[in-house]
Amino acid sequence: MVKKLAGCLGEYKKYAILTPIIMIGEVVMEVMIPFVMAQIIDKGIQGNGGIAYTVKMGLLMILMALVSLSFGALGGTFAARAGMGFAKNIRERLFNKVQDFSFSNIDKFSTASLVTRLTTDVTNTQNAFMMLIRMGVRAPFMLIGALIMSFTISTKLSTVFLFAVPVLAIALVLISQTAYPRFKAMLKKYDGMNASVQENLVNIRVVKSYVREKHEITKFKEQADSVRKAQYAAEKLVIMTMPIMQLVMYVTIVAIIWIGGNMIVDGDFAIGQLSSMISYVTQILMSLMMLSMIFIMIIISRASMNRIVEVLDEEIDIKDIHEDSKLKVKDGTVIFKDVNFSYSGKENNLTLEHLNFEIKSGETIGIIGGTGSAKTTLVQLIPRLYDVLSGEVIIGGYSVQDYTLKNLREEVAMVLQKNLLFSGTIEENLRWGNEEASMDELMDACKKAQAHDFIMAFPDGYQTDLGQGGVNVSGGQKQRICIARALLKQPKILILDDSTSAVDTATDSKIREAMQSSLKETTKIIIAQRITSVMDADKIIVLDDGKMNGFGTHDELMETNVIYKEVYDSQQKGDK
Amino acid sequence: MPGPGSHGKGMIPSKPKNTKSTIRRLLTYLAEDKVLLLFVGIGILLSSSVQIIGTSMLKKVIDQYLFPMAGNYNVALMQGFIKTLMIMLFFYLVGSISTFFYSRIMLRISTKTLYRIRTQMFEKMETLPIKFFDTHTHGELMSRYTNDTDAIREMLSNSVANFFSSAVTVIGVFSMMLLYSWQLTIVVIVMLFIMLNVVKTIGGKSGNFFKKQQQELGAVNGYIEEMIEGQKVVKVFCHEEASKQKFAQLNENLRVASTNANTFANILMPIMGNLSHVLYAITAMVGGVLAILGQISLGTVVAFLQYTRNFSQPITQISQQFNSVLSALAGAERIFLLIDEQPEADDGYVTLVNAFIDENGMIRETKERTGIWAWKHPHKEDGSITYTKVEGKVEFDRVIFGYDEKKTVLNDISLYANPGEKIAFVGSTGAGKTTITNLINRFYDVPDGRIRYDGININKIKKEDLRRSLSIVLQDTHLFTGTVMENIRYGKLDATDEEVIGAAKLANAHSFIKHLPDGYQTMLTSDGTNLSQGQRQLIAIARAAVADPPVLILDEATSSIDTRTESLIEKGMDSLMKGRTVFVIAHRLSTVRNSHAIIVLENGEIIERGSHTDLMSLTGKYYQLYTGLFELS
Repeated sequence: MVKKLAGCLGEYKKYAILTPIIMIGEVVMEVMIPFVMAQIIDKGIQGNGGIAYTVKMGLLMILMALVSLSFGALGGTFAARAGMGFAKNIRERLFNKVQDFSFSNIDKFSTASLVTRLTTDVTNTQNAFMMLIRMGVRAPFMLIGALIMSFTISTKLSTVFLFAVPVLAIALVLISQTAYPRFKAMLKKYDGMNASVQENLVNIRVVKSYVREKHEITKFKEQADSVRKAQYAAEKLVIMTMPIMQLVMYVTIVAIIWIGGNMIVDGDFAIGQLSSMISYVTQILMSLMMLSMIFIMIIISRASMNRIVEVLDEEIDIKDIHEDSKLKVKDGTVIFKDVNFSYSGKENNLTLEHLNFEIKSGETIGIIGGTGSAKTTLVQLIPRLYDVLSGEVIIGGYSVQDYTLKNLREEVAMVLQKNLLFSGTIEENLRWGNEEASMDELMDACKKAQAHDFIMAFPDGYQTDLGQGGVNVSGGQKQRICIARALLKQPKILILDDSTSAVDTATDSKIREAMQSSLKETTKIIIAQRITSVMDADKIIVLDDGKMNGFGTHDELMETNVIYKEVYDSQQKGDK
Repeated sequence: MPGPGSHGKGMIPSKPKNTKSTIRRLLTYLAEDKVLLLFVGIGILLSSSVQIIGTSMLKKVIDQYLFPMAGNYNVALMQGFIKTLMIMLFFYLVGSISTFFYSRIMLRISTKTLYRIRTQMFEKMETLPIKFFDTHTHGELMSRYTNDTDAIREMLSNSVANFFSSAVTVIGVFSMMLLYSWQLTIVVIVMLFIMLNVVKTIGGKSGNFFKKQQQELGAVNGYIEEMIEGQKVVKVFCHEEASKQKFAQLNENLRVASTNANTFANILMPIMGNLSHVLYAITAMVGGVLAILGQISLGTVVAFLQYTRNFSQPITQISQQFNSVLSALAGAERIFLLIDEQPEADDGYVTLVNAFIDENGMIRETKERTGIWAWKHPHKEDGSITYTKVEGKVEFDRVIFGYDEKKTVLNDISLYANPGEKIAFVGSTGAGKTTITNLINRFYDVPDGRIRYDGININKIKKEDLRRSLSIVLQDTHLFTGTVMENIRYGKLDATDEEVIGAAKLANAHSFIKHLPDGYQTMLTSDGTNLSQGQRQLIAIARAAVADPPVLILDEATSSIDTRTESLIEKGMDSLMKGRTVFVIAHRLSTVRNSHAIIVLENGEIIERGSHTDLMSLTGKYYQLYTGLFELS
């Protein structure tokens, strides 16, 4: 995990290495200052150094503090560069990796969790990293440096630290070890509470219409109270560090004054030295505290790091099999040869079973079937959004796996059931289909998709801003823009997955007519709920529970296929 | 210990607008535990003064015992030395113990405060009118429970006690300094002035950079969200390279902005820390000179050095927490804004009661569940009470309504639904269909007397009782985390298992529920993502069925169920609708054909009404819609 993340440092590695080195400079200065101070007291004030010596040493101390200040500021600057650069690289790697994900990779993680990984988890890791490079070296060096200085001043006195340091260290380790699971438990409860707030927001109309406000409030209070208890249980341990630290520090100081005082009485120790020893007590114990904080911070952010590495390590399951394949899709024939498919990749849980059919280039094919009959699954195999479990999908004479994904998908346009527009203007969205299209071509595609008229009715026409997710247009309008976007690709195969559900039947048939007349060469595959959308197709596939239940023209199916006839009847009843 | 993602540095230092009143209000939350807070105050006072006293005893030790005893032992002095050390140890012990207690008590207060803020916010949220939810995004409201409460949490656990103890320390140390040496105090004041200026300059600059960072972060996160949400579209259009490129650009902008912001945040601490070293050095030098000149004693110098440490530490700390305190206050302000929202108004006094019909044919109130409901209508003028049987008669009398004053959504709507009738609304999006149903259950209010339920003005009916007498199945079915059983039971909390299963059977949901891994005990995750949209709608229909209300509103309730399944559940739907007044909004016109009346709406006005046959023979809008000549989107 560490190795993987360290690899993300890239060009910012030098700052990541320089930061702790510079921090050492700051530490050396900080550790030396009390030592010089002891010289002022013992040689300047008590000894015969006099004012000249005192001033000289004082200026030296000021100089040291200023040097230390520069080191510290420089270290902070470098740490910011390293930390932010590191975060940038992680974010970019994650984003690029997700871009390469196949549909099943995306399904596995869910979009919400991917977003969290790219945002919150990256921020947590970045903060932990910055703390690590700034303090991770500084704290142990401060500890060691201050210990060395105190041993230099007096070995006898410094033995006090041999008791104090382990006592505090053990206490800190015990506290953070016990606290960690409690924090984890708290965060889990906290997430649960937030999830239920979210649920209430989404469901507010349900809550209100069933008059369940009090019921929800009671539920929430229970959750909020368990969060409170969990937080108390976790944090009460952590806040113990302060009094324990104070206790150890105070006892150490008193011990040092006692032993040091006796040494002074015996005449082999000076008051200035005693004073500097007291300074070292603070430095040594504070750096221990700092170490325990780093420790806790890393433990907390470990979960975030894990989630990031999980994405980076994810095996992309659909890749170019022949990376240098120059093969292009030459026509729109589609052949399914004994295709089996399963989302879980297991034989005993097939979503599509033994599919066999042939579509000639330029044909229009309708697909009909109830909810969960795997219509969408079927068409997603054509642009190789998923790989078959067994059997073969053949496009333009070659297996889909023989093409590069780019070459294949260039020629297979698909309007998804859950289709999305992106923030930006209508024109920008249309250009996803073809970056180089001329304005005339854009308008032409929109005319075919019956979108031109309403687009022109907007004050800004094709420059209308759609807002995030295309919120500024209605459902039916959105679907037509999506169809125009797909038409712009001028594909060999065009797949419409229930893409006109919000469009009225008249417009729907106009779209089909336009496609019929202008896309003669293109194979058109249409999934629909409405039987009127598919009844004119050359052939219709009836799917039932992942199996082919019928394949033929409307008239043939009306004769032979029970399901088809049932669907037809359920929609036509009203007219008779 | 800070939780993940809750570090003061990373937060937006968005400025609170009304700092004083926000602080005052936060304090009132803390002050609810006055006695505990008093203990905290005493604890802080003890633990801070112990530090000051300890240092002053150090001076005593040096000047009175060690200096005279250096190299020549004296029994009396030695006894004094030991005694002083014992007192010092005692004080220190008291200090540590009081730190322990006050921080423990403070934690209790702060967790309780958070609990209170959260529950108050939630309680208020549940009472707010639908209009409020229309005008606020979920993200915006959620961030009050997450970011804003997190910021307050951090401030309560880190900054509040710290602030008081720092104040006590600074005041205490400053008075001791003045007592010991006015010359050295001047040095300290000058340095303090410089340090505060540094904080102000750097703080101000970093504030601007943080704002910039926050903007860039917003841009990057927005792009991430949009692209990942639309990842499947990206794949289908081979748009990966283009989105990688755009992301790289945004990401680099963020890096530059956040490097700037964090540089300032990062250098503040070493600058402050080392300036305090400079202060220490100057004190040592000037103090040394003064001591040599005999102006002050050696112990004073040593104690003073210790004091400069005690003095600059809290100032550095406060300056570090400044940003996080600001964002906590801004968060608190947003939370208070929510708590101060006006709740849904309800001055209804007509209530829903269980009733039975006595031997004289009179409606009488009872506590038992009889299956018969009545409106209990007290009359203010003469104090009499009348009972009206709940039947489900709904009348609209020339209703005019708009969500805001400028735009009228419903114009002059009059309609009449008799008990047991099925009324359908047809029209394109924005025609006002859903608005009509939202007025019946008073999600939105219309002026007096325009809508009557069983002859009673609905504004006189207590909102919760009105809603209890109606059930609504919405187009977007959202379920709750819990078992299938619990979700259906939501319609009637005291329903038995048999009642729940009966309702599921009625909605034709029983057969698929039986096949779920754990049947009715299957846990549904938030939003029921492990069910198909159609299955979720069936559960929502069962939920409405178990509530057994006289009036039922179906707002596109079967839109996600394919036509074949829909015809399968038609029987169930029919028996569900039997004997109830039903309002139906449906996209598929085949489902509304058998209504008693179909109302065609356009731009908030009724343009046609009548039965299916009436309207078809009219060959108007309905005819066009039905035959697919006109768009319905």
